[in-house]
Amino acid sequence: MAMDMSGFVPKGNLNSDDEALALRGRRGTVRRVLSHLEKYRGRIVLTLMLAAVSVIFTLLVPVRVGNAIDNLTKDAGKVMYNLALTAVFAAIVGISQYVMNVINNTITYNTVRDVRNEAVRKIEHLPLAVIDSSSQGDTVSRIVSDADQFAEGLLLGFTQAFTGILTIILTIIFMFSMNAVISLVVILVTPLSIFIARFISDRTYTMFRKQSIERGEQTALIDEMIGNEKTVKAFSREAEALERFDEINERLSDSSLRAIFFSSLTNPSTRFVNALCYALVALCGAYFCVAGSPWGIAPMTVGTLTVFLSYANQYTRPFNEILSVISELQNALACAARVFEVIDQISEPDDAGMEELKECKGVVDICGADFSYSQERELIRDLNLHVESGQTVAIVGPTGAGKTTIINLLMRFYDVDSGSINVDGTDIRSYTRRSLRSSYGMVLQDTWLKRGTIMENLRMARPGATDEEVIAAAVSTHAHGFIRRLEKGYDTYIEEDGGSLSAGQKQLLCITRVMLNLPPMLILDEATSSIDTRTEMQIQSAFAMMMKGRTSFIVAHRLQTVRNADIILVMKDGRIIESGDHNSLMAQDGFYRKLYISGGG
Amino acid sequence: MKNLLRYLSDYKKECIIAPLFKMLEAILELAVPLVIAQMIDKGIKDGDTDSIIIRFVMLIILAATGLGVSCIAQYYAAKAATGFARGLRHDLFEHILAFDYSTIDNVGTSTMITRMTSDVNILQNGVNMFLRLFLRSPFIVTGAMIMAFTIDVRSALIFVLVIASLAVTVSVIMKINIPLLGAAQRKLDDVLCLVRENLSGARVVRAFSLEDSQIRDFDDTNADLTDIMLRSGRISGLMNPLTYVIVNLAVVLLIFTDRIQVNEGILTTGQVVALYNYMSQILLELVKFANLIVIMNRALASADRINDIFAIPCDTRSFADTGIADTDSEPVVEFRNVSLRYHEDADDAVSDISFKIHKGETFGIIGGTGAGKTTIANLIPAFYTATGGKVLVCGRDVNETDPAALRRFAGTVMQKSVLFEGTIRDNLKFGNTNATDDDLETAARWAVCDDFIAERGGLDGRVEAGGRNYSGGQKQRLSIARTLAASPRLLILDDASSALDYMTDRKLRSNIAQLPFKPTVIIIAQRTVSVMDCDNILVLDDGAMVGLGTHEELLESCPVYREIYDSQFGEQEGA
Repeated sequence: MAMDMSGFVPKGNLNSDDEALALRGRRGTVRRVLSHLEKYRGRIVLTLMLAAVSVIFTLLVPVRVGNAIDNLTKDAGKVMYNLALTAVFAAIVGISQYVMNVINNTITYNTVRDVRNEAVRKIEHLPLAVIDSSSQGDTVSRIVSDADQFAEGLLLGFTQAFTGILTIILTIIFMFSMNAVISLVVILVTPLSIFIARFISDRTYTMFRKQSIERGEQTALIDEMIGNEKTVKAFSREAEALERFDEINERLSDSSLRAIFFSSLTNPSTRFVNALCYALVALCGAYFCVAGSPWGIAPMTVGTLTVFLSYANQYTRPFNEILSVISELQNALACAARVFEVIDQISEPDDAGMEELKECKGVVDICGADFSYSQERELIRDLNLHVESGQTVAIVGPTGAGKTTIINLLMRFYDVDSGSINVDGTDIRSYTRRSLRSSYGMVLQDTWLKRGTIMENLRMARPGATDEEVIAAAVSTHAHGFIRRLEKGYDTYIEEDGGSLSAGQKQLLCITRVMLNLPPMLILDEATSSIDTRTEMQIQSAFAMMMKGRTSFIVAHRLQTVRNADIILVMKDGRIIESGDHNSLMAQDGFYRKLYISGGG
Repeated sequence: MKNLLRYLSDYKKECIIAPLFKMLEAILELAVPLVIAQMIDKGIKDGDTDSIIIRFVMLIILAATGLGVSCIAQYYAAKAATGFARGLRHDLFEHILAFDYSTIDNVGTSTMITRMTSDVNILQNGVNMFLRLFLRSPFIVTGAMIMAFTIDVRSALIFVLVIASLAVTVSVIMKINIPLLGAAQRKLDDVLCLVRENLSGARVVRAFSLEDSQIRDFDDTNADLTDIMLRSGRISGLMNPLTYVIVNLAVVLLIFTDRIQVNEGILTTGQVVALYNYMSQILLELVKFANLIVIMNRALASADRINDIFAIPCDTRSFADTGIADTDSEPVVEFRNVSLRYHEDADDAVSDISFKIHKGETFGIIGGTGAGKTTIANLIPAFYTATGGKVLVCGRDVNETDPAALRRFAGTVMQKSVLFEGTIRDNLKFGNTNATDDDLETAARWAVCDDFIAERGGLDGRVEAGGRNYSGGQKQRLSIARTLAASPRLLILDDASSALDYMTDRKLRSNIAQLPFKPTVIIIAQRTVSVMDCDNILVLDDGAMVGLGTHEELLESCPVYREIYDSQFGEQEGA
């Protein structure tokens, strides 16, 4: 938005991901996450139970198959019995897995939705100082992509870890019940895969980090170059932009190759350990089948060997899963910390129960107000002003003088550091912000339109307005002419930031928007800067109607438009250096006169 | 997807080696059940310990070779995938940079960004996994089937049945899910756009007390997204459980039919175990394959989104960069019955415009909001292509002239000032990379920004992204300096001083009138005072040319000009 922020270096108040996590502490983030999952407690318990059912029956299936194989040549009835159980068990596994998937999805996607909704609610109540000083792209990526990764990583990671651990424990129990020696072999060999996977993931972590940093660098470049593509083209800088892009692209491609390759070594290596384990089980199992089991352990059959081989296969998988889950969880926690940092920013103090500004008369007093955006640079000092109901106040002066800042203070986008601003004799800090702000109609130099049709944008001011009322307002501001000429008239859909509308057309829309709903006070901050003077003349009557009986604050460069104001404040370096009406200021022969004459106005 | 495969053409070797080696790995894995079957039928049955140990060593050798082969495959797959993504990103970026202005007007920035970043990443992952698994998984599956045939034809028919029903399951799930994933990605674009709007429109939202309705809008869109994700999850969540059940039912069927054959002595127990192991391998492989399918689903959806961008036509004309020279004999700019409409269904933005500007002249353009002033300025450097008539620069049709040469010749300062992250120096050198610090400082003095540049520590002063650490007027002056630093022969100022106060504006105008490189100047303005000294002034009204002449001539002959003039001077004269 239009802001006089010259000399004001924004100090982003969101931290980098590492800082975010460190600041809150891992434990704090975990607690925070858990509190978000609280309302899904029932479903989480259910999903864990289903996971347990699915694990138990997955492990029972090979046992039944092994039994069936052992009885192939012996007992047909037992074969049939075991096969029937296999089918039933498999069906149980299938059903519980599916239900688990559906429940997990519900919890995950609903949590993402909740977190995003919460973040947007927060944005609507953040102090403007926070919004002005943080990077929009960063906040957007926290709310959009971090929220996704946090919920998905956390929940899937959690259930996978749970399933994994349960599988390991149950497999060990099942194996020991069949043959302790072979079980020991399996238990001793598999941890090898953990060491290998650990070894690899430690090394790939830095590579992944490098990749994500370079990815961020590239995204920033894309954002800047594509967002400002018209300027890039006007200066024929396409080649240079592409060159810079390619340089980052090369680096990114290199680091991606490294990260992907090294991380993809995990699978073959653990598969190798798995195969070793498999071979050892086969060796021991076959040996015991031939030589008989030692120490009175239950005798080995071909069926038991099959069960063991299938366990050996299944057993290493949960280890790998748990390992990948650990890194996923870490990533999810970092993302969670980033999202929660947005949500946990301090809102504008709650003003529920404060006085409502009703039937506002529009008497405005500024008493000894001091204000600065940053401590290093003082902007407004000891500002005093008395405005009667219905008066028009014009604020003029060079750029950076603090004109827009006064608007920020009147609307309580920012609060004064000391002194006070009163409306109808009461300090504006004792009204609710909403009732204060809706007592002002505001048109800013920097027009903001949302994605939607022209009609939707205009109706923003008064959602209940009929088509006829909207069109009547547009006719009075002379916006009707150009709207009618658009492809689909009032139903023309405009893209983000007004799309192909000209700056002047956007301003006309913003003026029309205010026209639809006229509160007792008006703020026009360079409201017609992009509108030509002739159209401006034509809409003078509309403005006159708007301002009649309303306390109005006008910021303008064109002194012509402010000559009729009751009070003209001439500002320079945050201070009012002259004030009075046009004639008295011209008579003073001061800064105003100089400005006025230089403008040829 | 098909036409994106060209980005793999430089990686033919990798694209062959990676799957081939994965296939080799699969063959080695397929041999394992055979070795185990022999272990059971020869070793255990005959009580031959040596034979068991030999089979054990064979298993170890198979595993070790598998490891080596697989590592090689992973490397080549990663190389091809990252190379693919690099090429794709490069071409996408290049393609987007070649959009003409009217395309830029119609395509949103946020969706461009997600397509260049997240969609390309999804595709890179897709290619990587595809190379690794597309041969391996089907090969293990069909391989297991062939192995089954070598053991027993009747049992193998069960394998055929299983594989067929799995293929049907997978393709049905895919068919339902792909459109859902596309819809989800589009909704995500909307969510992103709404978050951006709420941040950039914070003041307006609060001024109109729209917080609640904005929250409602967001909640609705967000709920739609969640809804689509859940629907898609219900479909794709079927994949693993279904494969699991199908394979296990097949195992039941297998042992059921084999029971009789074993009793008749046609099959050995070891062979049944081998068949069971092959079935298990199919299952394990299918879990991976199901993952691959999900990844490929997403990759295909992303490929479609990327192809949408490639399908947007861009300016591909190329002409020899011969450079343009202005001469006294030929007009620097000539419009011959030019008209332009931005959109097929819209009215003409300007129509039937004709005028000439000669070397060294100062030419003013004035008119109301939406009268077509900026349109005219945009037609000269061929930002837009005229839909009727001809625009000539130094006698050459701008649409048959190299755009770079044209834009070097004609420097435009646009209405909206845009700065880039970096130093002031980086920004000022934008139009002329060879400019020395002296050149830049001179240009800064002409554009009246030397004072605040000094405050920021000279040319090394930081410029944040979007120039947000400068005020509107400062940004405007810096962008004027940037154009002046390139000393264009034709200088177009499109309402370039709207954010400046009068004194600064006047100083700027007098500096521009005295530029030592004496460019031809076009001034677009709202105020008659800015153009009244021009050699010629074009007056526009609603896209039509309603006057052309000097200030005095126009006051006499052009009512629109007179009206504009009166709106600024009339009252004062009367007062």
